[in-house]
Amino acid sequence: MVAATTDIPRTELIYRHALLVRLTHWVNALCLLILLLSGLQIFNAHPTLYLGSKSEPSAAILSMDAVQRDNGSYAGVTTIGSHSFDTTGVFGLSTGPSGRLEARGFPDWITIPSYRDLATGRRWHFFFAWLLVFNGLAYLIYAFFSGHVRRDLAPTKSEFRTIGHSISEHARFHFPKGEEAKRYNVLQKLAYLAVIFGLLPLVFLTGLTMSPGMDAAFPALLDIFGGRQSARTIHFLCALGLTLFFIVHIVMVFASGAFNNIRSMITGRYAITPDDQPSRGEAA
Amino acid sequence: MKRTSKISRRSFLARGAALGGAAFLGGCDQLSQSPSFRDLLSKAEWLTKNVQRLILTERDLAREYTEADLSTHFKANGSTNVADPGYQALAQNGFSDWRLTIDGLVDRPASLSLADLRALPSRTQITRHDCVEGWSAIGKWTGTQMTPLLQSIGLKPEARYLVFHCADKLGSTSNYYESIDLIDAFHPQTILAYDMNNAPLTVPHGAPLRLRVERQLGYKHAKYIQRIEAVSSFAMIEGGGGGFWEDRGYAWYAGI
Repeated sequence: MVAATTDIPRTELIYRHALLVRLTHWVNALCLLILLLSGLQIFNAHPTLYLGSKSEPSAAILSMDAVQRDNGSYAGVTTIGSHSFDTTGVFGLSTGPSGRLEARGFPDWITIPSYRDLATGRRWHFFFAWLLVFNGLAYLIYAFFSGHVRRDLAPTKSEFRTIGHSISEHARFHFPKGEEAKRYNVLQKLAYLAVIFGLLPLVFLTGLTMSPGMDAAFPALLDIFGGRQSARTIHFLCALGLTLFFIVHIVMVFASGAFNNIRSMITGRYAITPDDQPSRGEAA
Repeated sequence: MKRTSKISRRSFLARGAALGGAAFLGGCDQLSQSPSFRDLLSKAEWLTKNVQRLILTERDLAREYTEADLSTHFKANGSTNVADPGYQALAQNGFSDWRLTIDGLVDRPASLSLADLRALPSRTQITRHDCVEGWSAIGKWTGTQMTPLLQSIGLKPEARYLVFHCADKLGSTSNYYESIDLIDAFHPQTILAYDMNNAPLTVPHGAPLRLRVERQLGYKHAKYIQRIEAVSSFAMIEGGGGGFWEDRGYAWYAGI
């Protein structure tokens, strides 16, 4: 009898994500996706980034231009600092929705709308920026009052000591099982904290710094970020950082069991693989 | 065997993602052209305007810079010249025959020469010009302060907006125009600029007179002003959006 019970797989379903976390997660995902793609449309209206208050050509640090070659044809050139790269077809020059080559920073398959339309890109951007703000506020209020931040996100002292081990485990796509899998591991906690309390507030504040109205109301924004054009550059870098987070996040979701992870973010239920059994990620 | 199935599953996932992405973007393009969806999106513009109006007091000034901060090259955007022969004739004469008309819902309509405007209380400010495209340039502007000018003209109680009628057409059949409400009209940094960087305004920058409304984006700063009309509503003017670019999809309130 005893032997028989131990043979039954002891996969345990735990309630991992509260309803508000699940809801705000998906709204957040939609908002960030649309903000990124409409943001690239806005970037394309002037595909150069600068440091400082004004867009002096000498202060440019990144640009995506279409330039004419000696033989008369055009090339897309991306310049980062003093280094130039031929990025024809992707950055600076690519085939637009009309099927013709266009001078455009980012290509049409990564902007909203796909065709060049700054006014509409701005409409999308600001609508979903407001939605992101309301969604973020709902999440933050919940996260602090429910104890979600303290209980689920704040790493403990002992967890900090296991960072090295956690990195090597992640690098080999080994994920925690059993009791360990019931909470976020230290790298997950740090990544989520960096996004929630680092990148997202920063992308919000640098976005506001580009607003001439908000600069009049809060002139300190200009001093904090080193001028409007620096704020625009930081805003872009934050978007890049959020994109990198998204890529790693998706890779981790698939590597550690796509079905289980996605189910947990929809229904809240997450299956815990016992310590002595191979995890879904390894079996796949 | 296992390896090939893994690769085909990956390529299946990649193709699925590409197809899903294309469908998503195609859907966004369709929504972008749907009038009702565009109206929904523009609700955020209403929110932005009202929240900024709540936060911004009348006294909040746009940052002012120093001579050392002036842009080495201030890009002239939009129209850089005016084809109209009447305007060309005025420009030939150094705008000595040019007049600014102020009419509409005002107590004392006026017709002012450049010399008249220069004789009125002025303000000089070094400010940052933020284009909706994303670039910024710093320039020094001197011009007639709007507040004393409007006080001497006298606005009727029903006047809610000032509409700036311009000489340029910007590739269109209709003239450029812009509008601001009275909060911006009476802001201390709102001026009718006739000098830029210590010299009379040049034609590319809107000679002889352009608006500076420093807490909003560049397209609000109407160039080549000919007439200022006080109105209760701009719904019946041109496309009804309150400005050339507003009629082409841009927000009327350009504080962001």
